[in-house]
Amino acid sequence: MVETGHFALVLAFALSLVQTLVPMFGAHMNNQKMMAVGGPVAVTGFTLTALSFAALAIAYATSDFSVANVWDNSHSLQPLIYKITGTWGNHEGSMLLWVLILTFFGALVAAFGRNLPAALRANVLAVQGAIGATFFLFILATSNPFARLNPAPIEGRDLNPILQDLGLAIHPPLLYLGYVGFSICFSFSVAALIEGRIDASWARWVRPWTLVAWMFLTGGIAMGSYWAYYELGWGGFWFWDPVENASFMPWLGGTALLHSAIVMEKRSALKIWTLLLAILTFSLSLLGTFLVRSGVLTSVHAFATDPTRGVFILCILTLFIGGSLALFALRASRLTAGGLFHPISREGALVLNNLFLTTATATVLIGTLYPLAVEAVSADKISVGAPFFNLTFGPLMVPLLVVVPFGPLLAWKRGDIFAVAQRLMAAFAAALLAVLVTALFIDGASVFAALGVGLAFWLICGALTDIAVKSGFGTVAPGVMLRRFAGLPRSVFGTALAHLGLGLTTLGIVGTLCFGTEKILSMHAGETVQLSGHMLRFEGLYPAQGPNYSEDRGRFALLGADGSTTAVITSAKRSYPVRQMTTTESGIKTIGFSQLYLSLGDEGTDGSVVVRLWWKPLVTLIWGGGLVMMAGAAMSLMDRRLRVGAPSRRRKSAGAVPSASLL
Amino acid sequence: MTARFSLASLVLLLTLLFAGAALAVKPDEVLADPALEARARTLSEQLRCMVCQNQSIDESDADLARDLRVLVRQRLVAGDTDRQVIDYIVSRYGEFVLLKPRFSLRNALLWGTPVFLLFAGGIFIVLTARSRRSTATNALTAEEQAELDTILHRD
Repeated sequence: MVETGHFALVLAFALSLVQTLVPMFGAHMNNQKMMAVGGPVAVTGFTLTALSFAALAIAYATSDFSVANVWDNSHSLQPLIYKITGTWGNHEGSMLLWVLILTFFGALVAAFGRNLPAALRANVLAVQGAIGATFFLFILATSNPFARLNPAPIEGRDLNPILQDLGLAIHPPLLYLGYVGFSICFSFSVAALIEGRIDASWARWVRPWTLVAWMFLTGGIAMGSYWAYYELGWGGFWFWDPVENASFMPWLGGTALLHSAIVMEKRSALKIWTLLLAILTFSLSLLGTFLVRSGVLTSVHAFATDPTRGVFILCILTLFIGGSLALFALRASRLTAGGLFHPISREGALVLNNLFLTTATATVLIGTLYPLAVEAVSADKISVGAPFFNLTFGPLMVPLLVVVPFGPLLAWKRGDIFAVAQRLMAAFAAALLAVLVTALFIDGASVFAALGVGLAFWLICGALTDIAVKSGFGTVAPGVMLRRFAGLPRSVFGTALAHLGLGLTTLGIVGTLCFGTEKILSMHAGETVQLSGHMLRFEGLYPAQGPNYSEDRGRFALLGADGSTTAVITSAKRSYPVRQMTTTESGIKTIGFSQLYLSLGDEGTDGSVVVRLWWKPLVTLIWGGGLVMMAGAAMSLMDRRLRVGAPSRRRKSAGAVPSASLL
Repeated sequence: MTARFSLASLVLLLTLLFAGAALAVKPDEVLADPALEARARTLSEQLRCMVCQNQSIDESDADLARDLRVLVRQRLVAGDTDRQVIDYIVSRYGEFVLLKPRFSLRNALLWGTPVFLLFAGGIFIVLTARSRRSTATNALTAEEQAELDTILHRD
């Protein structure tokens, strides 16, 4: 089975070469037969990669320690779910997941792209094949997950305990679906450059892919943030770690792309810019892969001592980013400029959005790479951490968030800013009220807190205003309004939901950062502690045994007003014997949108234990907002206009422009 | 508390984080004066634990981080200003210890890029919009204008 998997991977590599060369030459020579090769080859390539992945997953599930990768990252006593998720809980396996998703998207283009112009489809599949080929080669040459051990060891070395969590089952697949999803936008862009032709229908094909990738990336980042929050035991949700930034940059770029693609689809403007953004977004995904996979982040010098993998990915990076940008420089001038618009218009607002988002992306990029650059060119080392990003990224986001509610209400081409401001009066009043309430009743000391809450309410009410205005609230009869509401395009709801989610996330961040409280203390069993109105009694430490770990569970009783126990919160310190590692399992109690969060520290000699306790107001909104953003993207995807097949039906009946089909 | 976006660095990072498997600030470090303690916490968030990957001394469990936390508190108790504490730590451990690099010539590119891009991008957008509008208004040639006139005056 394992050798079958390895063989399937080699075959998939060979097929990816076919997928690159044959359709591209076909498109070049206008040979229909050669172009048609791309589709079936892409589907077969995906099937083979899936087979290969399944072979590795089965080796993990059955604890086949004759496979070096399984031996290194699994243990026979692990619960089955962690045995399976362990498949991608390591370098080799996660790269295999990466190509699996890449070929999956390629197969989707092949399956749903029947009404694409043949040459465009062939070129897209060819570029997709080329990306696949380099990564297949990377896996086969430097990171083979199927290498065998002889003699086979009796027992494995266990999966890293921190990864033995449900988060590993959800976070990497979501994240990779996002990361790799942008490869489709990249392939479409390169294909458009090869053909030297780009039009509004191109944007209509690219937009759903961007939405899909963005939706998954949003989910992946939110999930990763929550995982880190509960697993790491000190309750932070974002760290500005280079590894986080590696996924955040494609998200920021993808968000900009999402918005500029709207302008391109609706108004045929910003063509060249949209194309460049699509290239840059996937380039940032590749860069993230490089940063994370090459070990360059630990230290430039650590990278230099074992550079095989790093140099390989660097070559891939240079090939695709350099190649696509060179192609862009050569061909971009051929693309014609599109529709005109007044600065005060929906297009203008979206341009502003792009200006701030790309600047923010560049800020994160330079903050992430600068320490590496300094270390590479001089003997010095500097650090760029959270305080830098808070000081630069924060101020860039505030003006962007302030103008968000204006965008969807402005008309295309030429908007009336005063009319829009009038419609937003209610939202503005709500935000002002939130500022006053915060300043007077909650926290008068912090201007930042009051304004932050105001900004969040401005976003939330602005999103609701968008829906209200478009349904004719206050201007038409209630019955008409309901009909209009039901008849609004799904993409209008999508926009409003995404912006609403943004507001909720903002509210969660401001709430946690500004109104959170914390206590660090030593506690004996039976002692009580009070934090922000919540009374907790420490019941004591109890030993317990898991399948592949032992733990000390600290039990805490949450006391009601009358002193009775209303809930029990358990936090544990786990010890994994195989890796000789300990982890902290935080104890969390959700109350409304807020959470009580506690984790255990060292035990004292007198039987006391160090307890760190947090009250995190509105913290769940941070990730809840992410889910709402995902729902927004899903809603937009369901829009009639973007649904597969719908536009082509219209084409048949009305005989409209041939480029009006989708996907 | 990083969300882990790649398993390799995740594992590496988290292994480092969990090396001590305890909590960062310990009760015995906390200063009696809440105002001084608050300043100590704020300062600690700006200083890097030099043996960790991207962690401030406020979050790290490493012994070095603990030493630095105690040192920061000692200087504060001795009456140093925030600036003096930072300068003192930098003089002993180098600029690497600062999570927010100083505004210096070497870091000009780091601090300057966001500002430069925002302004350059803004100016570029304004200029492009202007030039495209002026070309658009000149779009009619004399013949087109004549044709338009005949159409408009047909009645």
